[in-house]
Amino acid sequence: MEGLLSLAVKAIFVENLALSFFLGMCTFIAVSKKISTAIGLGISVMVVQSITVPANNLILNYLLAPGALAWAGFPDVDLTFLGLISYIGVIAALVQILEMVLDKYFPPLYNALGVFLPLITVNCAILGGSLFMVERSYDLAESVTYGISSGFGWALAITAMAGVREKLKYSDIPDGLQGLGITFITAGLMAMAFMSFSGVKL
Amino acid sequence: MAHKRREMLIDPLVDNNPITLQVLGICSALAVTSSLQVAFVMSVAVTLVTGFSSMFISMIRNQIPGSIRIIVQMVIIASLVILVDQMLKAYAFEISKTLSVFVGLIITNCIVMGRAEAFAMKNPPVASFIDGVGNGLGYGLILMMVGVIRELFGAGSLFGITILETVNNGGWYVPNGLLLLPPSAFFIIGLIIWAFRTWKPAQVEEREYKIQVAEAH
Repeated sequence: MEGLLSLAVKAIFVENLALSFFLGMCTFIAVSKKISTAIGLGISVMVVQSITVPANNLILNYLLAPGALAWAGFPDVDLTFLGLISYIGVIAALVQILEMVLDKYFPPLYNALGVFLPLITVNCAILGGSLFMVERSYDLAESVTYGISSGFGWALAITAMAGVREKLKYSDIPDGLQGLGITFITAGLMAMAFMSFSGVKL
Repeated sequence: MAHKRREMLIDPLVDNNPITLQVLGICSALAVTSSLQVAFVMSVAVTLVTGFSSMFISMIRNQIPGSIRIIVQMVIIASLVILVDQMLKAYAFEISKTLSVFVGLIITNCIVMGRAEAFAMKNPPVASFIDGVGNGLGYGLILMMVGVIRELFGAGSLFGITILETVNNGGWYVPNGLLLLPPSAFFIIGLIIWAFRTWKPAQVEEREYKIQVAEAH
């Protein structure tokens, strides 16, 4: 249990997907102009992340890993090279299913998140989360924890960024730095702030 | 035609750079630049994937049904990335370890998808290939600039060869450790964007709020 807690804290603050691995940067920069949209996108990422990481973990352990197909009578088959294409397929399919389920059973939530869901398929934070899960060989419990907390960390970062940018638009910025340039420098300062969590261990 | 093709190759380098102007593919641009060698391998990989995926997608563009085009594009891109990944693992294992997940993330690199969707779906294969390579090079250019700054001033070397002898090795240069850490990549790209836009003022973004100067009486 402590192991999981420490993994969660690490995934949220120390190894924040957005600010220390730069994942999902395109959306991070593009959709952080207003706090309300940033929160909507943040929540969608968290939901999708906490479903896809465990799902990909199951795919890896029961279909792709060396010897994983023993239950089907192929103990010598190693399909890990198909990893990338399976993960992205799983992500695309899950996002599509999630969209349909939300549309049918939770229309208000669908209306709030609807526009962001398709964007999430190509968000590197989602694929990155699954790839980190593979690289660090997490088990199922760890991948559930990692999925939820890394998604939360990303949501936290984009919401904070949107807060800064809402104030920033009133300030007098040199012409060339207007928009994209100053956003990068702000993100850099935030990444430095998040680095100060790196001593925290549970 | 030859003139137009050269323009297509050169145009994404500065005038329409995928990173500084189109804001695409920033994730890996920041993460793999702490050493020049890794940045170079990454640029080559992205250029190849962008070029060939644009070409293949353009070849079958008339057969792809509109409603599932994203999935088809994804499959083509993912297969190419698997090829690159396996090649790196076979011939450059050390570098593939350093790049870790970022090779896989070329799949979701918006440059590849963006060019496939915006250009390759409407243009013939050769033109799409050139456009893909051009955009890959534009991405590589920024990657190499950031890589040179970070490795030269952060570790005193280029491609692992010592240029500035550091204090630890008995030299005179005190390396700036901040440049090897993640935040510095944000600052450097921010400043590169500033430089590009000062050079080409047409790229400057509109202000959302104008600051009004009170008239003096």
